[in-house]
Amino acid sequence: MSEASKHGPLPFAITLDPGSSLANKTGSWRTEAPAYVDRLPPCNDACPAGENIQQWLHHAEESGYEAAWRQIMADNPFPAVMGRICYRPCETACNRAILDEPVGINSVERFLGDEAIKQGWTVSVDAPASGKHVLVVGAGPSGLSAAYHLRLLGHEVTVRDSCPEAGGMMRYGIPAYRLPRDVVDAEIQRIADLGVRFELNTTVTDLQAELDAFDAVFLAVGAHVGRRADIPAGDSARILDAVSVLAEVEQGDQPLLGRRVAIYGGGNTAMDMARTARRLGATDAVVVYRRTRDRMPAHEIEVTEALEEGVRMRWLSTITYADAGRITIEKMKLDETGFPVPTGEFEELEADSVVLALGQLSDLALVEGMDDVTITDHVVQVGAHLMTGHPGLFAGGDMVPSERTATVAIGHGKKAARNIDAWLRGTTDQRPPRHDLATYERLNTWYYSDAPATVRPRLDVARRISTFDEVVGGLDASTAVFEARRCMSCGNCLECDNCFSVCPDNAIIKLGGGKYEIDLDFCKGCGLCAAECPSGVIEMFPERL
Amino acid sequence: MERVRFYQIGSYAAGNRLLDGELQTVQSDTHRTNSLNSGHRACQGCGEALGARYALDAVMRATGNQMVAVNATGCLEVFSTPYPETAWQVPWLHSLFGNAPAVATGVAAALKAKGRTDVRVVGQGGDGGTVDIGLACLSGMFERNDDVLYICYDNGGYMNTGVQRSGATPHGAATTTTPAVGPQPGNDFGKGKNLPAIAMAHRIPYVATATVADLRDLEYKATRAMEFRGARYLHVLVPCPLGWRTASNETVKIARLATETGIFPVFEAEDGEVVAVSKIRKRRPVGDYLQPQGRFAHLFGATPREDVIAKIQAEADRNVRVFGLTDPEVPVHGVVS
Repeated sequence: MSEASKHGPLPFAITLDPGSSLANKTGSWRTEAPAYVDRLPPCNDACPAGENIQQWLHHAEESGYEAAWRQIMADNPFPAVMGRICYRPCETACNRAILDEPVGINSVERFLGDEAIKQGWTVSVDAPASGKHVLVVGAGPSGLSAAYHLRLLGHEVTVRDSCPEAGGMMRYGIPAYRLPRDVVDAEIQRIADLGVRFELNTTVTDLQAELDAFDAVFLAVGAHVGRRADIPAGDSARILDAVSVLAEVEQGDQPLLGRRVAIYGGGNTAMDMARTARRLGATDAVVVYRRTRDRMPAHEIEVTEALEEGVRMRWLSTITYADAGRITIEKMKLDETGFPVPTGEFEELEADSVVLALGQLSDLALVEGMDDVTITDHVVQVGAHLMTGHPGLFAGGDMVPSERTATVAIGHGKKAARNIDAWLRGTTDQRPPRHDLATYERLNTWYYSDAPATVRPRLDVARRISTFDEVVGGLDASTAVFEARRCMSCGNCLECDNCFSVCPDNAIIKLGGGKYEIDLDFCKGCGLCAAECPSGVIEMFPERL
Repeated sequence: MERVRFYQIGSYAAGNRLLDGELQTVQSDTHRTNSLNSGHRACQGCGEALGARYALDAVMRATGNQMVAVNATGCLEVFSTPYPETAWQVPWLHSLFGNAPAVATGVAAALKAKGRTDVRVVGQGGDGGTVDIGLACLSGMFERNDDVLYICYDNGGYMNTGVQRSGATPHGAATTTTPAVGPQPGNDFGKGKNLPAIAMAHRIPYVATATVADLRDLEYKATRAMEFRGARYLHVLVPCPLGWRTASNETVKIARLATETGIFPVFEAEDGEVVAVSKIRKRRPVGDYLQPQGRFAHLFGATPREDVIAKIQAEADRNVRVFGLTDPEVPVHGVVS
């Protein structure tokens, strides 16, 4: 017999079990509701090759190197090349630069690319054969990128190039001390292994015939013709152009530059030329440029490395006369608009040769006869889908209006492949709209610990100027993972559980595997989850009434 | 041991998919107790609700779920237990406003009589119930060195009854009983009680301060407190959007600013002596902490009260100096950073 019945009924309140507060659905208080959103990280936004950098860093952070590499390969077949020669617009855009230093994205990419070569990772064609055959003219970064993506999409691809080896400017323009050839070979071989057919030492002359023979043609002939300048010169003056000299060096020739070399121009090719001249034995390599250092088109790192290697710079100078063993330069000054104007002051400089590095032009002979292809300012005009005025004829890389870098060219190749694929299937390539940018202001950076960037090792200057050995070294597995972990995962959930923890109402449900859900029965809409999300992936939206 | 560095988010966030399980927080664990369940009636963005769940969940883990909580009257009691509902998922008792430490002592004594050394007792209350109304009982509990961890959730006033001043209301702050009028607006300088210092003066085994802005630190201290027997005191700063007149999503941010300005020193003490402090990573002027809060809005009107702000700055400077909050020589406590 229980106590209650022995003494009669107990007072009302004591007989009740406590009720749970879960009966009180505090979600009704809400005027704003949080929601998980995806934002575009600035690195991804800035990448001309369209890499999903944040995503592959996410894999690399947990030492998932192969998954990370495959994520790169979805957009770019040249991680090891890019990890060396890309000018890293991603790092310029990186939000971490505001906090301490940008994430060394490029160095991690190189590590992943090298790791893939070392481990022998490959990709395979999984798409069914389309029965279509595409001709790619030019085996540079743009053409190779297009060939790779077209092949993955199930098409037959033939690549033709006039040179004896594939690679374009990656082989014949960029010196080996920046990009070792075994790296180029390995990444091109991977494309060949997919079944892309290479026809080298083969120059396409009759484009119309090719258009008839193939289902589509992608032109990526690059820009290999050095721009000339009319320098008054004596009979015995030795004037060369940088593109040709660099290509000759690649093919094993020893161009006759002399001991004292003047390089005319201020771009990356001028730097490559000057540094190559030093390695070929020039005691004096002088870059003559008409503007100032800060206005040089060459990237800062190239200028710095050239200076370290003893290259001299003559800023605010133009070459007015060249003769055997000497040149005359005129001093310039910048007017208020920054345009260089002559001062009338002249100076003589000893130089056994002058190498012109004044920019490059495309050889467009192939399309000059075609009525429906428009050429403006020495480049071929293309539409938003990279197609020329001629149906089925696409073009990309340096021969179309663009910033001329390998990364941009690789991006063109991917874009062209997608559009050629769509055109061959009678559709148009549709891309989902881009997410809003994950700006620094959206982050809560208190949660990121201080972590300065990892510095890549560099070759001693003494060895740099006597050999073509690679100047910049790579990261190892431990430094690469640390560098990857500096990523702040801007605009993408990094599974830190802050939202799950910081909700005073336990209204966030952690599902595991990086997934969370908001329990709107109890969420009061305070906004703490959004405010305390490090990577800014939660946003508050007004409640619908 | 080498410190864990270079994690993208360090160890400041609640969790980190790259860290081993034992380095994750209790709060990032889906099996946490949720001592204070959903459906409680605390305001949006309540710092006290957050702090109480953080602290009790950590104690639950530290004791293997063998814990009894005794609660003083106050917001925490009122918003969690409107009859006949309760949001508590732990054994929980409430008696009066001023007697929580005494009741906790009684519970500890009863457990001792029953030989239940495994069950631990936590007393808890707001700053009104702790600093003012319950101070005599608390001091007695300290003096007797009863085996209780007492946690004060300090939001600097009697918020539940309409934002009246308490002994823990900061100087210069406006409450309904210290309005922003006169030459020295807001709460008087030179008054109020520093309860962590009072607790330390009792020479009890363990005294610590924490905030809801640093979860790892708070969990570390609640866990560390359970390693001692005898009287222990944990003072947790919990911003109150209602009384401080801040946006509901700023609760954690404001608590963080309280520490980064030096207004609220975060430290731990054993037997009356400071043994470790949380360093300020990036020190900020007190204005950064004061300006976002409506209770200090009178200091930032058309003619800012630079004199009053300077006095508050001097208090923060004193904390930084006395506790060595920016001094590399003073030891940092043992959580991974």
